[in-house]
Amino acid sequence: MKTDPTAERWTAVFLSDDAVERLRRAADRPETAGTPYTIVEELGRGGMGTVYRAVDATLDREVALKVSTLGQADPEEAERMRKEARVMARLEHPGIVPVHDAGQLPDGRVYYAMRLVRGKRLDRWAEGRTLSDRLGVFQKICEAVAFAHAHGVIHRDLKPENVMIGAFGEVLVLDWGVARRLGEPAEPQGTVLGTRAYMAPEQERGRTDLVDERTDVYALGAILAFLLEPAGPTGRVPRAIRSVASRATQREPEARYPDASAVSADIARFLDGAVPAAHRENIFERLGRFGARHRTAILLVLTYLVVRALLILFLAR
Amino acid sequence: MNKPVFGLVLGGLLGVLDGLTAWFTPEARPMILGIVVGSTVKGLIAGVLIGWFARKVGSLPLGVAFGLAVGLILAYAVAAMPSATGKHYYFEIMLPGAIVGAIVGYATQKHGGVRTVRA
Repeated sequence: MKTDPTAERWTAVFLSDDAVERLRRAADRPETAGTPYTIVEELGRGGMGTVYRAVDATLDREVALKVSTLGQADPEEAERMRKEARVMARLEHPGIVPVHDAGQLPDGRVYYAMRLVRGKRLDRWAEGRTLSDRLGVFQKICEAVAFAHAHGVIHRDLKPENVMIGAFGEVLVLDWGVARRLGEPAEPQGTVLGTRAYMAPEQERGRTDLVDERTDVYALGAILAFLLEPAGPTGRVPRAIRSVASRATQREPEARYPDASAVSADIARFLDGAVPAAHRENIFERLGRFGARHRTAILLVLTYLVVRALLILFLAR
Repeated sequence: MNKPVFGLVLGGLLGVLDGLTAWFTPEARPMILGIVVGSTVKGLIAGVLIGWFARKVGSLPLGVAFGLAVGLILAYAVAAMPSATGKHYYFEIMLPGAIVGAIVGYATQKHGGVRTVRA
């Protein structure tokens, strides 16, 4: 049978993955008529929805617009997205992205608008940074999570990909999609939510009844361990800071820090030159820390003693 | 304790200790009392000046440099005084004196100066 070569070429173009993906994205592009938002581009896509860069015509500013996935008829998913928006809106903290608005698009999809964060994800930002830079950022993450804990909210999906470092060094914890308010009924036993590499053992086993602040503490410990490896340009990681990561990632929740503020306090102790509560230092570490803290004073006193001893010897001759 | 007072106390204390090291030099031993008194007075004056500077200028390198300079100048004044033997110990007095001044400069920059605010 004779075939038309032109038809073959067209068939090949239509079946390419790129073209199919483009068509799918075009069909999935939300209809924002009736809202003040105009979609500019897609920023990212997750299990629960797609985030777009959009312009808010009313306030003449750019926002990030999270829209639930097209064809997602599941009312539970829509409710989960509304809940995410409500949780974020309640947590007014510099380390948590503020939500500006939430609602429903003409096509029935749920959306919420939040601050557009320009910057780098923690995993990409960390490359080539010094240990003190990394710990400074980690402390800010702990502070944001501690704020949520103080307001009875646990994140349940903390990981480097869910932390954004802004252009001016601001640290923002994102993706509160699976966050839960303590005291609210937990999901049925066996439900596993989160990301396996940063998941506490009780979360991995689906023990939703045991999930609390210490579950987030485990994830924070895993993030700290991630930030310590590789150690960055300075190379060496002190044992004291490894002890903090180790205590946070203990298998049993009782053995971990009680909440994120306790992790933050231990990091602050380390950054101030003191010993973290999680670490028991040996005599050499103690001497090393003392020497590092009082280097100039020790140097001046030693210089004096050496000069004085040399003068006594010189005059005795 | 404010910085000038802290400098005064530390300068005086280090002055006493610095003067007492003369005991290790047999030829200076008979004059040890005068040396200790002179060294203490020098330490007190240097301490107040260095403490005053620390209150005005909050900089560790400048504080140490100022302490070194004050210690050196005051030690020069002491060394220039005629001794019983008529001999001057410029090197032996000025070098440790300057280092003691630097130590006081460091300490007054790092410590002291806690203020109490009254409503």
